[in-house]
Formats: sequence, C-alpha cells, structure tokens
Amino acid sequence: MINKGAGDARLARFLVGGPPLLFLVIFFVAPSLIMILTSFRFPGEFGGLAPVTPPGDTVAGEHGLTAEAYQFFFGDILYAEIFLKSFVVASATTLICLIMAYPLAILIARSKKRFRNLMVLLVVLPFASNFLIRIYAWMIILGPESGLSHFINAILGALGIPPVTLLFSSFAVLVGMVYVHLPFMVLPLYTNLEKHDPSLLDAAQDLGANSWQRFWRVTWPLSLPGVFSGSALVFIPVLGMFAVPEILGGTGDILIGNLIKDQFLGTRDWPFGSVLSIMLTLAVLSVAGLATWFSRFAAGQRA
Amino acid sequence: MALLEIRNVTRRFSNYTAVDNVSVSVKAGEFFTLLGPSGCGKTTLLRMIAGFDLPDSGQILLDGTDMVGTPPEKRPVHTVFQTYALFPHMTVADNIAFPLKMAGKTPQEIKARVGEALDSVRLPNFGSRFPHELSGGQKQRVAFARGLVNRPRLLLLDEPLGALDAKLREEMQIELINLQKELGITFVFVTHAQDEALALSHRIAVMNRGNVEQIDEPSRIYSFPRNRFVADFIGKISMMNAHVVEAAPSYLKLDVKDLGEVMAAGNAGVKVGDNGVMAIRPEQVRISHPSGEPHLKNHFLGKVHDFLYVGDVTTYIVELSNGTYIEALLPNSAPGRATFFEVGDQVGVSWRHDAGIFLND
Repeated sequence: MINKGAGDARLARFLVGGPPLLFLVIFFVAPSLIMILTSFRFPGEFGGLAPVTPPGDTVAGEHGLTAEAYQFFFGDILYAEIFLKSFVVASATTLICLIMAYPLAILIARSKKRFRNLMVLLVVLPFASNFLIRIYAWMIILGPESGLSHFINAILGALGIPPVTLLFSSFAVLVGMVYVHLPFMVLPLYTNLEKHDPSLLDAAQDLGANSWQRFWRVTWPLSLPGVFSGSALVFIPVLGMFAVPEILGGTGDILIGNLIKDQFLGTRDWPFGSVLSIMLTLAVLSVAGLATWFSRFAAGQRA
Repeated sequence: MALLEIRNVTRRFSNYTAVDNVSVSVKAGEFFTLLGPSGCGKTTLLRMIAGFDLPDSGQILLDGTDMVGTPPEKRPVHTVFQTYALFPHMTVADNIAFPLKMAGKTPQEIKARVGEALDSVRLPNFGSRFPHELSGGQKQRVAFARGLVNRPRLLLLDEPLGALDAKLREEMQIELINLQKELGITFVFVTHAQDEALALSHRIAVMNRGNVEQIDEPSRIYSFPRNRFVADFIGKISMMNAHVVEAAPSYLKLDVKDLGEVMAAGNAGVKVGDNGVMAIRPEQVRISHPSGEPHLKNHFLGKVHDFLYVGDVTTYIVELSNGTYIEALLPNSAPGRATFFEVGDQVGVSWRHDAGIFLND
C-alpha cells in the first residue's frame, strides 16, 4: 500500500514536471545545441549552411567544420563596440526604468487597497495593444512634424540653438526601450513594496528617522529583491531587442539584436549569426547569474 | 510637575469620537497604564502622545511644552509596538543602534550603549542575530532594548505582551517591572488585559468609549471601582439590584429585593433612596454549610447552581432565594479534591459588612 502510494506520488511528479521539462529540452536545449554546431560551420553559397562532411570531397567551395566565425567575431573591435553599446543602452534603460518605476510602485503600494488593482491594471494596459503599433506610435510622437518636436525646437530656437531631430536617434531608442519595459520594472517593485509592514516606517519615525532616513534605511534595503528582479526583467530583454532600434534608431544605433537579425535575414551568414547569439546568451546568463547572486545576498541579510 | 500632561484632548473620526475630552497626568518615573476594551480610545490616545495622530482639540504637554506641533521623530518619546516592528534587514545590534544613529551619536558611544542595552534585556550575545532567528520573547526584549536605549523621556508600550503565551507573558511582566525600576524611565502602557494592568502599574486609567472612567492605584481600582463599568471590567464581581435605606460614613444599609437587608462599605457619595447595585467580589464571599458562619453580618441561604474548577480555586455560582446569582471563590486547600459542594447542594453564603460596595445606576 505504502509502495503504491509512493509510486503514485512519483507518477504525479512526473506528470506535472514532465511536460515543461520536455518543452525546455525541445525548444531550448536542442536549438542551443544546433546553434553551437552551426557556429562551427561555413555559410552556404546561397544562404543556409555548407555541408559538413562529404569525405569524397566532390563539393566545391568551403565545407566541413571551422572556427572562422569566432575568429571573425574576435578579430574586429566593431563587434565588441556593439556589445558594449548594447550594454550601455540596457543599463541606461534599466536605470531610467528604476528611477521612474520606484515612485510609481510606492504610490500604488501605499494607496487604498481598492484602488491598487485598478492602478496595476493601468500599468499593464499598454500590453493590450500590439507592440509594433505602440512603437510606430512613438515614430509619430517623435517625428519632425509632431507637436513635441515643434515645441522642443521652438524652445531651442528661442535660445539660439539649432533645431534637433528626435526620431532616428539614440534618444528615440532609449525612449522606446524605457516605454516598452517600464511595466516589467513596476510590477516586481510593487509586489515587493506592497508586502512591507507599514509599522516598520512608524517605528523608524518614532525612533527619530526623518522621511529621507526612513526611505534610505528601511524602504530601500527591504525593496532590493524587487529592484533586482525588476532590473533583470528589463536589462535582459533590452540587450536582445532589435525592433525598437530598427524602427526608432538611426543608422548608428545598431545593437546586438539588429546585428543577429541581419546575419540570418540579410547577410545570410548563419554561422556568424550563431556566434553572436551564443555570445549574447553567455552575456545574458552571466548578468542573470549576477542578479540572482545579488538578490540572494540581499535576501541572505534577512533569510 | 507632571512629566506628561494630557489636557482636555478630543479626537473625532468621521462617525465617532475616539477620545472624548480626556485629561490625564503622568508623573516622572511612573508606570502608568491605559486600560480598556478594544475601541475605548486607548490606542488613539497613545498614538497622539507618540505624534502619529493629532488631537482635534486639547493639549499634550511633555515637560510643560505642548507637543502638538512636533512630529514623531522629534519627540523624546519612543514606542514599543504590539508587533515589535523590528527591522528585518538589520541585526539585533543594528536595530538597537537605530535610534542612537538617528540621534547622531558617535560610533564608540553607539557600540557601548548597544552593549549595555543588550545586557539589560539579558541578550548579551545576540547582537549579530537577525530578528527572524529570535523567539517571540527574545524579539520582545530586543524591542524593549531598542525603545529604551536612547533614554526617552517617555516610553510608550502598545500591548507589547499581547502576542506571547501565558507563561512567557508572566516572565516578561516581571522583567518589565524590573527594567522600569532600574532605568527609572516613565512608562505609558496600553493594554486590554486587566490582570496585566493590575500586576504592572503604579496607576491605571480605565477607559471606556473615549472617556476615562477612573484613575487610581491598582488595589483601589479593584476594591473601590467608581462605577459599574469599572467594577465589571476589572476582575470578577457579582451584582444585585439594591437601594439605599440608611447611609452612614462607615457603612451603608441596603435593601436587596426579595433577599432583605445587606450591609455594605460606607461611601460619602451615596444618600438614602439611591438606586443601584450591590457589588461583591467572589473571593470576599464565604461559602459554607447552611448552618455555618452566622457571625458574619451578611448571611444568606442558596443552592449551588454550578461550579468551575480551575486548579488552584473553584468558583461556585450560588443561586440565592431571590433568584439572583452570586459567585464565591474557594481555595482548593485539600489535595485531590475538586469540590466541597455539588450542584444542587443547599449552602450558606456570607460576607463582611464592609466587603460589598454600592454603585449608583
């Protein structure tokens, strides 16, 4: 009887955990392996890949295995620069999102309970319309004929500064990135701040802390897990994002995402595209690992 | 001069008055308790003393200075919260150091004072622990240490023992009394537990519906409650309707309906013809065989209606001939024996001529 029970439990665990595990193997592990393999091959003459091993060697041109794509990646400083730039954009986006989301999250967490859900709904409401449409909307908002552009250039003109173009610039990319990712920062922060015990702030005030000290010594350290998870949720997608720079950025605003997309759809150099993807994955994993370690460390102060 | 002087303080919320024209004064070094059922306004009053709430009218003077315009962080008043409110991300030492840091003390002084505070609450080696690693009683002690470390003029305690189990609570009560005696800091303690208030306080203010019903020493509150609310709220008491037939400075002669004449303690505020209740504490009532103890002035017959055995004592509920009930407490001095009387037994109950008190309607 006991054995049967244990067997049932094992079966249940398998039925619950099996499908997601299978999903990950098929759609993450297998493609990753394919990608790694691809990165060591030659591109085909008309896109795709050159054959790996016809030992009879009747095929013309390059074929077999090679580390050429890696040499190419490490051989040109340009790619390191694009990686660096992507990291800068991702960091800036994360920081701006954090600065904008924190007060909003505090506001929601400290408002009356019956208003909170409505406010959270408003934060996620933009997801109801299509992502591309929202980015195209920013094209209009930042475009040269928009009210915003006229307004800014009128002020600049009055100060004797030549007019600027808002669209197709790093600025436009940053605006788009922040706009798209802001809810991903607000939600984890709100979830964290909402759980704070308000009596802690009373206690801090009672013991002599002014409003700044109450924030800096109580609210902020307690919110660190939320800050870390929000930052990871913003930083990592921004690093791989290609749509926003493609639509809102200028020619100089190419990020890793665009580069990878071009290798597969434009230049048709699959091996090099794979190398870039692998590098991006490694970068994302190390950032995610760092964030986990940090939030564990922060949580370890309490748990 | 009183350390804390609350003058005619009123606090109204949208649909009720939480504190209604209350005046209380607390002396320096006193252990003062605000006692009352939930919703009586004691916590609102405490929050106003701390500065978290402001009175609609009236004054709160500390050392003669009106505190109403001073925010909580600037008042020399600290609070021990019901939930302790220890900072979960700080060690015990950092928690206790918090008020010192806020007051801008030097690191050397902070270290020394935190050490002293930990010693005074008997947690000398707990400085590097985190609050979640502590038991309820230890958290409680850290909360006391944090409230006391910067030597506030006044320490407010908001039902601090409410979350502890009965045994630990008694231990902490004794510790709290000793701590207060040692440090000489004035305590204002809020509780709804009357036994706790009686055990700890120098003086108690009994509150009900935003009003102070009586301010007195514990033994006087217990023995001479000023009205029916105080009598009923503090301890157990039996009451029966009565009216005054004779009033002398040293005694009252009461008439209890269908029972007869009852003698009660003298009370200057009572005059002949007053209607009210005769109230008597269970431990003042002797219970005996119907023939026994005729030497006590108030002696009546009845039968045991029910009894409650709680170990050290048994409470008998006796139905008197007029149909009212009176409680009598009998210590269980004979081991192994839970009762001396059974339900339905005919018994005599008696009490001293000055044990009962008369309370006006």
